[in-house]
Amino acid sequence: MRRFLLPGIVALLALLPLLNLLPEGHPIRVSDFVVSVAGKWLCYAILALALDLAWGYAGILSLGHGAFFALGGYAIGMHLMRLIGPRGTYGHPVLPDFMVFLGYQELPWFWWGFGHFPFALLMALLVPGLLAFAVGYLAFRSRITGVYLSIITQAMTYALMLAFFRNDMGFGGNNGFTDFKELVGMPLNTPFARSVLYFAALAALVGCFLLSAAMTRTKFGRVLAAIRDAESRVRFLGYDTLRHKLFVFVLSAMMAGLAGALYVPLVGIINPGEFSPANSIEAVVWVAFGGRGTLVGAVLGAFSVNALKTWLTSFAPDLWLIVLGVLFIAVPLLMPRGLVGMLRR
Amino acid sequence: MTGEGLYLDGVTVVFDGFRALNTLSLLVAPGELRAVIGPNGAGKTTMMDVITGKTRPVSGIARFDGHDLTRMEESVIANLGIGRKFQKPTVFDALTVFENLELALKAPRGPVACLRWRLSGAARSAIERTAEQVGLAERASDPAGRLSHGQRQWLEIGMLLMQDPKLVLVDEPVAGMTDHETAETARLLVGIAGERSVVVVEHDLDFVRALGCRVTVLHEGTMLSEGSIDHVQADPRVVEVYLGR
Amino acid sequence: MNRLIRWLLLLLLLAALPARAQDFDALVSGLAGGFAQQAEAVERLGSLGDPRALPLLRALSESRLMRAEGGGVRVAPNGATPSGPEVIRINNRVRVALRGALGRLQLVSPDPAERLVAADGLLRARSAEDIPLLETALARESVPRIRDRMDLALGAARLGSSDPAVRREGVAALGATASPEARAVLLSALGTDEELAPAVDAAVAAIDRRLALRHAAETAFQGLSLGSVLLLAALGLAVTFGVMGVINMAHGEFVMLGAYTTVVVQEALRASPTLAPWSLPLAIPAAFLVTAAVGAAMERGLIRHLYGRPLETLLLTFGVGMVLQQVVRLVFGAQNREVISPPWMQGTLALPFDVTVTQNRAWIILFSLAVLACTFAAMRLTRFGLEMRAVVQNRRIAATMGIRTGRVDALTFAFGSGIAGLAGVALSQIDNVSPNLGTGYIIDSFMVVVFGGVGSLLGTLIGAFTLGVMNKLLEPWAGAVLAKVAVLVGIMLFIQRRPKGLFALKGRAAES
Repeated sequence: MRRFLLPGIVALLALLPLLNLLPEGHPIRVSDFVVSVAGKWLCYAILALALDLAWGYAGILSLGHGAFFALGGYAIGMHLMRLIGPRGTYGHPVLPDFMVFLGYQELPWFWWGFGHFPFALLMALLVPGLLAFAVGYLAFRSRITGVYLSIITQAMTYALMLAFFRNDMGFGGNNGFTDFKELVGMPLNTPFARSVLYFAALAALVGCFLLSAAMTRTKFGRVLAAIRDAESRVRFLGYDTLRHKLFVFVLSAMMAGLAGALYVPLVGIINPGEFSPANSIEAVVWVAFGGRGTLVGAVLGAFSVNALKTWLTSFAPDLWLIVLGVLFIAVPLLMPRGLVGMLRR
Repeated sequence: MTGEGLYLDGVTVVFDGFRALNTLSLLVAPGELRAVIGPNGAGKTTMMDVITGKTRPVSGIARFDGHDLTRMEESVIANLGIGRKFQKPTVFDALTVFENLELALKAPRGPVACLRWRLSGAARSAIERTAEQVGLAERASDPAGRLSHGQRQWLEIGMLLMQDPKLVLVDEPVAGMTDHETAETARLLVGIAGERSVVVVEHDLDFVRALGCRVTVLHEGTMLSEGSIDHVQADPRVVEVYLGR
Repeated sequence: MNRLIRWLLLLLLLAALPARAQDFDALVSGLAGGFAQQAEAVERLGSLGDPRALPLLRALSESRLMRAEGGGVRVAPNGATPSGPEVIRINNRVRVALRGALGRLQLVSPDPAERLVAADGLLRARSAEDIPLLETALARESVPRIRDRMDLALGAARLGSSDPAVRREGVAALGATASPEARAVLLSALGTDEELAPAVDAAVAAIDRRLALRHAAETAFQGLSLGSVLLLAALGLAVTFGVMGVINMAHGEFVMLGAYTTVVVQEALRASPTLAPWSLPLAIPAAFLVTAAVGAAMERGLIRHLYGRPLETLLLTFGVGMVLQQVVRLVFGAQNREVISPPWMQGTLALPFDVTVTQNRAWIILFSLAVLACTFAAMRLTRFGLEMRAVVQNRRIAATMGIRTGRVDALTFAFGSGIAGLAGVALSQIDNVSPNLGTGYIIDSFMVVVFGGVGSLLGTLIGAFTLGVMNKLLEPWAGAVLAKVAVLVGIMLFIQRRPKGLFALKGRAAES
């Protein structure tokens, strides 16, 4: 029975955009809104998986995964901006509107290459990976663990948010990027594009899930669990825990970057608010609520908390933050193993 | 047996002005069984911390088979063949007994090597043999978190054996054990020595007598006396330290 | 020497006054004459420096000056638009003369703002002809700020003199100031006057020294001010996180609650004329008690169940923060609330070297040090502090000695939370009181605690002021945001060298 559960869910999710193609008014037609919202959740689920790998499996509670997500999003956003070309308000052949507005004469060097999709996609993975490598190396090397690490990662995303809010960073400042036109020759904002992006996100989620599942079943996965429970003991067994933690942290950051890269074309906007520490910590509650240390839990948590959010904000937006806060309080106290833990019992 | 064994000379460790170790010197030959005793705060655990790289001395030499231990990471030292059993047994609760032993098994320890690791038949039988040896064969697939205190102690000793170390450091192994278990443990440690060096830190003088080995007495971070158990018990300085206050 | 010359000039002027009084009446009647006569009269009235001329000339420029019977003049009321043959007309030449004369006469106007404007005008003109006028005006002037401007204008006017001795005097006077404008005036004189060049160079260097000193003093003060805010925000954390090891992500919201308590106290006392001026001092204990109560409730009700699970505690306290923030938003509204500073905290404080600091920031520095002293005293000198330290060091033994560890935990947490409330009272004076007041400070305060060394009040003090001053030192060349980023990166690199912070506990105590 359990063997068919996951493939069944995936098949059901794959059906969603197809139902969207049914004629308007059909009883089982799925609206555009539902497809785009579900697409967003798929990206969130990838982010949750990434966070769960670091936190649930290796005990690295990152409060800065939103930064990796946002960096991935910005990388694709830069590509999308380049693709606008002369269709911008100012009609400049190369420079995006905000650069023309700020008086740029030429493209800054860090925008070079983003005209090519493969390069942008590579950067969406590499930039978060490199940042995670730098921060992780510095932090793990000096044995910064637990809440200290959490605070450092939160400071990281906070610093990035402040930096990206600046106009002279060359990333559009406050407004970020929007008004995208197309991606790989496909005009955005059409039902077709939405479906394609949805399937890309679904495929990425399935891929990340299978990769994570395969990885956590190896001895590497067991070393991570051992590090989570008693890191110094692992070191006395002869494992260089720095390398293991760095490996999983960088991989997790790249996964988060991928999630962001899929997210931005779907929602059509990226701005520095994505770096806000609150976003990162919200992702933590998805994982905690679903059940950390289990991959199904992370995905389930991302879906269920976001479903709750979408439902609640539609009629009582003021209440949502209180409910979210109560989730933060209730999960550690009442359901430390999350939904999955409760279901298993 | 090759190499020079463990060599400590003039090792000094200072915590906030307090000298936890004061020019400590200690020599343990390959294959030797050695007991280290001393009152609380004598520096026994700090000495182990220096040998395993957890604490860095401010001065002095700590070498094992010619390798300078004061410059190495804990994991590198462990891979030199120095295993340590902690006073409080630490095993990985979320993993099974088998997996605990598998982690300790001598094998490449990098992340990629761990990802590509496949359990060979030889490795499986080595792990099963050790599980048998420490009396946990029947519980091999249970999570270590469900073991009793004594079983955890044994599992940790099993993990130590899987590492196949050249030097074993054992910190108060019989604390909280029954007389029978204590005698068993003494026999086990004597059995381990010979193939490898064993350093046992202990309070229990009866247990140390049962080990029948050379004894080093630590006091205030330095070596007070060394010799057979009868020799050190007759040493007036030792008597004063243990009974004088 | 300089002063002596001024006195002599003043004496000369006084001697000349009676003669000038007769002049004045004659000149006034000249205002009603032909255009040429008018222009001359205007110019001479302008340089006479008699304040009585000001309303007359102003009326003339606004076509309100009328011929009076008997050859004199009279002024139509302000705002009136009289017409007829009595109205004295002027031409462009007179108009130009009027502009100059009015500028000069405003220098002796009874209105200080006008005098300041006039001094500014003369400073721009830099004309040697204004020297006597400025000297007269300086002799009467009593407002220090205007005197400074006039001194500056006089120095600049002297630089335009044809007499080298007077020019030298001007250079010396300008060089004695700490004003960027004096520096600019001196520099502009540099190209025209070869002879004076060495003196000008020396004067500019002197000004630069003073400016650098003032700039350093101001940066130091701003740094101390930011540091005091960080200290207040971090002190509570130093107790809850540093001493108890409980990570309280709602700490920023406790600060916010303290600020809102100040708002509530102020509004409650607004009706009472006797108590209203005391609302801020009264808010201090109120804020402490409110946040301490919330903290104690949170510790007993929630955190207690999660001891030994720091990551879960982090999430839980973050949730409490979210709920508190949203509840406050629903109750008080999302917009900023106004807190009125008491009069003794308003205005600026003049320090040596022309450094001016705002009173409220100076008070907050003192307040933060006082709170630090109280915290230190509470932890070192009281029975509660002793019990607290005992529980921290060895909970089990403390319990066997009859210390009620649960009560000590609750009190310690309440104490740390109460300090957050005090920080809120202080912040209400310099920051917008809004529901997300605390979020801006929480990360910085954690940085202070981590940087200073967990569990050390001295470390918190030094950490807070170091970060504050560093931020302000970096700001001029990196900008506020990059300075913050640089400080964060700096801390990350710093804890590479000293993972336990500046004042780390070492040895076994730090391991567990």
